[in-house]
Amino acid sequence: MNHKRSLWYYIKRDRFMYLLLLPGVLWYFIFHYVPMYGVIIAFKDYKPFFGIEGIFTSKWVGLQWFRKFFKSVYCARLLKNTFLLSFYSLAVNFPSAILLALFLNELKGKLFKKTVQTISYLPHFLSAVIVCGIVREMVSTDSGLFNALIKLFGGKPIPFLSRPEWFRTIYISSGLWQGIGWSSIIYLAAMSGLDQELYDAARIDGAGVLKRMRHITIPGIRQVISIQLILAVGGILSVGAEKILLLYNPQIYSTADVISTYVYREGLGNQNYSFGTAVGLFGSLVHMVLILGTNFIAKKMGEEGIW
Amino acid sequence: MKRKPFYISGEKIFQVVDVVLMSMLALIIIIPFFTVVMTSFVSEAEIARRGSFIMIPESFDFSAYWVLWNGRKAIIHAYSNTLFRVFVGTALQMAMTICFAYGLSRKGLKGRGIITTYVFITMLFGGGLIPNFMLVKSLGLLDSRWSMIFPGLISTWNMLVMRNFFMAIPDSLKEAAIIDGANDVQVLTRVVLPLSKASIATIGLFYAVGHWNAWFDAMIYINDKNKLPMQNLLRNIITATMGLDDMGSGLMNNLASKPPTQAMRSAVIIVTVLPILFVYPFIQKYFVKGVMVGSVKG
Repeated sequence: MNHKRSLWYYIKRDRFMYLLLLPGVLWYFIFHYVPMYGVIIAFKDYKPFFGIEGIFTSKWVGLQWFRKFFKSVYCARLLKNTFLLSFYSLAVNFPSAILLALFLNELKGKLFKKTVQTISYLPHFLSAVIVCGIVREMVSTDSGLFNALIKLFGGKPIPFLSRPEWFRTIYISSGLWQGIGWSSIIYLAAMSGLDQELYDAARIDGAGVLKRMRHITIPGIRQVISIQLILAVGGILSVGAEKILLLYNPQIYSTADVISTYVYREGLGNQNYSFGTAVGLFGSLVHMVLILGTNFIAKKMGEEGIW
Repeated sequence: MKRKPFYISGEKIFQVVDVVLMSMLALIIIIPFFTVVMTSFVSEAEIARRGSFIMIPESFDFSAYWVLWNGRKAIIHAYSNTLFRVFVGTALQMAMTICFAYGLSRKGLKGRGIITTYVFITMLFGGGLIPNFMLVKSLGLLDSRWSMIFPGLISTWNMLVMRNFFMAIPDSLKEAAIIDGANDVQVLTRVVLPLSKASIATIGLFYAVGHWNAWFDAMIYINDKNKLPMQNLLRNIITATMGLDDMGSGLMNNLASKPPTQAMRSAVIIVTVLPILFVYPFIQKYFVKGVMVGSVKG
């Protein structure tokens, strides 16, 4: 049975499989590889009115757009904002989700636990538009809850969304509000798989709740934590534009503007296609290095990588 | 034996603290919804009298909802666009994802490694916003509702998760069907799909929620106000700082003269959240399951 078959034999045998793969292969080509090729306009002087042929015929300008970006004030500002927003989000959201899972895990009342879980997962399903709509109402100067509280204690109302120093707080706390419950699911699932006998033994040995958390629960979910951390660190520069576009305004660009919002504004808004593509390309290269880098370091440290 | 009562009370104190903390968390999540609901019922007259933040209105004023009701044509229209992308979009995504995942699940398929790499590269690197925009434009999809559907037909992550489900189905079942004379397409429809119904439903729900919530693609690809989904209508209303007279619809005529009031903004938020609140309890458990399977390494 082990004689060699020709390649043709296998292709013929699996012909239906290839047929099923074909639409997807074409789709990936058109919607992923063609735009990758379109990236060459980052090295050209392309103007929207050139049309599609312009992609091929426009003049090469080398690294001109990259130099322009590196020399502008935006380069440092965007990198800083992008990095800080995602770093703070990670630093706040990551431990919070684990902490929530720990507290949910210890709840004795089943119905109460389920209710809290159901409530805490809900915001995850809301769109960025809805979440930002709610945020805008909450922080509004005249009708928002926060300013009502400030006034109640005799303070002066703060126009939160026009103050650069408040943007990060608003962005991160709304992200926490939306994501804490959902991110805790994965840890809760890992906890429910832990050996119950360990807990019983620890209890007999006199370990209290906190000690059991520290010595059984947390070590038990260590691997899940490390994979989630690698995923999160790898994506640290991929701050999405959606929420920021819905919340920011020119008054707070100094803290709210990130690479993706700048690409949108400069590239599509001001029609600087080549420049916008160059900035976007720079962002995705940094992003790629970070993902591959964290995965590499994690593997070196003996953790399981993502791939 | 003397120490035991101490620990029991320690556990009890912890339970109390735990319940209090978790109740606070639940409250913090609910309060924003609550205030938005209440704000939508506050009348202009009451604001003039009591100041603008009102936790619970003295009298429930439905005029914001009345304005929305008068402009229902615009809302129904926006929802019909949302439903189009949710149903047509999800159906096409499922068809594409299932076919591709099944093709990739065949062990020993010649070229499988190459195709996997071909897909994997797109997870690491993409053209970015502007090349994607130019592609959609050159395909003639600008201002077409298909621009919300074609660019996202396969989510690579979902596809790989699905491939893992398919690979976990024992080969013996597939081989038995082949011996009985089934071809690979029949194996897919008669063996593989029925066995992975639950996981397929979960991925379908993820896709559907994605379509329901999406707005960015419609914002950049669609100018025609009649083709915008509900999320974009909501966005235009809540971020409006001026009258919305350019919207050319019954809803907007009511808003044309001045910026939307806080009650109006809140009422539109409520109208957009309600459908999710109704469906949420029924589909929640599928999502929770989905997170767990999605986290299994492939």
